[in-house]
Amino acid sequence: MFDIAWLWGFVGGLMIGAAAALYLLVNGRILGASGILGGLVDGSDRADWAERGAFLAALVVVPAAAAALWGGAETHLTGNWALIILGGLLVGLGTRLANGCTSGHGVCGISRLSLRGIVATAFYILAGGIVMVLGRHVLGWI
Amino acid sequence: MKRLTFAAVSGALFGLGLLISGMTDTTKVQGWLDVFGDWDPTLAFVMGGAILPMALAWRIAARRRTAVLGDPIPFIATANPAGQKVDSPLVFGSVLFGAGWGLAGLCPGPAIASLGWGGTGGAIFLLAMVAGMVAAPAARKRLDRITEAA
Repeated sequence: MFDIAWLWGFVGGLMIGAAAALYLLVNGRILGASGILGGLVDGSDRADWAERGAFLAALVVVPAAAAALWGGAETHLTGNWALIILGGLLVGLGTRLANGCTSGHGVCGISRLSLRGIVATAFYILAGGIVMVLGRHVLGWI
Repeated sequence: MKRLTFAAVSGALFGLGLLISGMTDTTKVQGWLDVFGDWDPTLAFVMGGAILPMALAWRIAARRRTAVLGDPIPFIATANPAGQKVDSPLVFGSVLFGAGWGLAGLCPGPAIASLGWGGTGGAIFLLAMVAGMVAAPAARKRLDRITEAA
């Protein structure tokens, strides 16, 4: 059974890849969400703050406008504050230690067959799967 | 100015892609990670769709070496300081990231993109994520000391 959500996923994926291709070939930068935000907030790379700021501002404003026109969007984020805060801390800390997340290691890394990108992606998917299965089916937290 | 315009176009396209693909919806992400539940394969289609244009971009980059606005293209024209080395921060960091991704269902891109409609919970997640990022350099130093000692 083909689900229309898969097609939307693929189309959205093409847009994500096109955005990363544009950022690489025009600006000469890697589209990695954790790197673009992280280099700005930890002070390690503020030289190109305006470029990072422009990217991030559009990343917040444009989908918000599209969602509003569309009639709203929903994150279905858990209402459990402990999960939200712990999840956010781990995502922020982990992506900066690993120097990349789903966009940087996943999309930009795997597409050039980078060993680091492939290894990082394997480990975050494995860890995410284990936490998800344990948290939902064993502990009943998620 | 051109540099900022193209950065904004890229950020906008990235955000729209995340929204349309369903990656700002935590049920899609957690539904993909939960292999023992009612498994949702959407995320695999998103990844596949995103890797295609990027694989093409790397081929073009290998020929051009310089980006349109004049910068050397990373990993192609400039030496990559981290190399291809798989080290403990990469593995340890990815495990922590994956654990957080599983707990809440958001990774950094969607966490930023959904700020407009994510409510208080989404804003708290983003703040916690920024706090984790700020703490990372000190954590990295500790990790390096531990691995040196070992």
